[in-house]
Amino acid sequence: MTSELILKIDQIDVFYSDFHALWEVSLEIKKGEIVSIIGANGSGKSTLMYAIAGINSPANGSIEFCGERINDLEAHQSVNRGIALVPEGRRMFPRLTVRENLLIGAYSPRSRKNIEKNIKKVHDLFPLLEERGDQKSNTLSGGEQQMLAIGRALMSEPSLLLCDELSLGLAPVVIKDIYKRLHVINEEGITIVLVEQDVKRSLKIADRAYVMLEGKIALEGIASELGEEQVKKAYFGM
Amino acid sequence: MESLIQPVINGILLGGLYAIIALGLTTMFGIVKLVNLAHGDLMVLSSYLSLVVITQLGINPFWSMLMVIPIMFVIGFMLQKYLLNRVLGKEMEPPLLVAFGVSIIIQNLLLLVFSPDAQSLMTSISVKTIQLGNINLPILYLVNFFIGCSVVLFLRLFYNKTFLGRAIRAASDDEGAAQLMGVDTKNIFAIAMGIAMITAAIAGILIGMTFSFFPHTGAQYLIISFGVIIIGGLGSMKGALAGGIILAEAQLLGAHFTGPGYQLLIGYLVLLIVLAIRPQGLFGQAH
Repeated sequence: MTSELILKIDQIDVFYSDFHALWEVSLEIKKGEIVSIIGANGSGKSTLMYAIAGINSPANGSIEFCGERINDLEAHQSVNRGIALVPEGRRMFPRLTVRENLLIGAYSPRSRKNIEKNIKKVHDLFPLLEERGDQKSNTLSGGEQQMLAIGRALMSEPSLLLCDELSLGLAPVVIKDIYKRLHVINEEGITIVLVEQDVKRSLKIADRAYVMLEGKIALEGIASELGEEQVKKAYFGM
Repeated sequence: MESLIQPVINGILLGGLYAIIALGLTTMFGIVKLVNLAHGDLMVLSSYLSLVVITQLGINPFWSMLMVIPIMFVIGFMLQKYLLNRVLGKEMEPPLLVAFGVSIIIQNLLLLVFSPDAQSLMTSISVKTIQLGNINLPILYLVNFFIGCSVVLFLRLFYNKTFLGRAIRAASDDEGAAQLMGVDTKNIFAIAMGIAMITAAIAGILIGMTFSFFPHTGAQYLIISFGVIIIGGLGSMKGALAGGIILAEAQLLGAHFTGPGYQLLIGYLVLLIVLAIRPQGLFGQAH
């Protein structure tokens, strides 16, 4: 594949005050790919997502999105460029209704024009969100909230969708359902980065994968070619 | 029995004024989790601003709102954006201290510029009443009540129906997640303070027409605000209205039965009872 890069991360370091969380992490993501980032708790996966989404910024190195350097963009600016993050733990706005949660997803100028069209798209993808439109979002089940979190992110018309631990705390049948929708989203041309602890499932859906260990990239490759042993070793640092 | 009707009605009307006095404090607490100790002083600052406008232009206090409201919005916006936002974070104390500092500065500034003399905003309706049988309805109190209710209603509509209002609610639910939706939360907090100051401007002018004020009156209204939002529930609009009416009723009925000397005491006894029975307030959410 020689298609265009949508995201190019070059040797970034990220610190939480004194703690060195990411060590010279580099990674490249092509337009239209599904890339999976695997790693144990504390391996730096979420930190990497936060750096891309603009929640924290790297001390050095560079992050390029569609050829432009976005190191210093703040989260709300990154959204307007087309990067949406579905955060770990879903992070609903509990006092807002399901529909209002979706509307907030379209807050940035880039997506204000097509709100009704995008809501319809999200409703087609997750019909349940239309039925439950007037309910407060905290009355939804975990799986439904995850659907809402994805739908809300899609409302901003992202070209890059970052998903942090989608399957956390959900029943296998629900996870399967959500992963199926990810395919549909990807087929519409949205590039997806999946952060997961569930190695098998995420390798199955991804085109390529990175394995992270202690803030570094330990392994990368075409998902279908990565052997189970190889991934296990990189995952646990054996 | 008949003698009770007058204080009950007065209490309801005064409650509307109490509601708008507390509205800015409850707004800031609900959205930014900021206890704005300068709220009372900012209200009194509005009273003085109105006084200046009235004496310079020779207009009615109501018309002075047209100038005082935008000025106070800008003051609130700047105060939050350039001062309070810098100290907002995980801890409660720094913003509290900064707000307290702002309070002291405003009080002393007012003292310096306007002297400690009592002032009031005179209008033609200050002393007029409507007579209904045995009951007197002071027109000014009716106006206060009507404006208080309208502002509560208007703000509710604004929060529920507009993009900006929803963004404000989202930012107050989960600041980090709101940023991920493209909401510039720091800016939203500044706008919230601006809105709080709009209510403070209106409250300040109504207070100025109803009672006399001097540079140190702010503390008194801050305490009323706290009473109202503790009874009504922190961060709740409905709560501000209900809390305002309950506190005012307690004070006026207390005065009716035990004499004006006990008016404030009875008000705060009711507050203590509410705290004991329902610590989160009538419309507050338990944490």
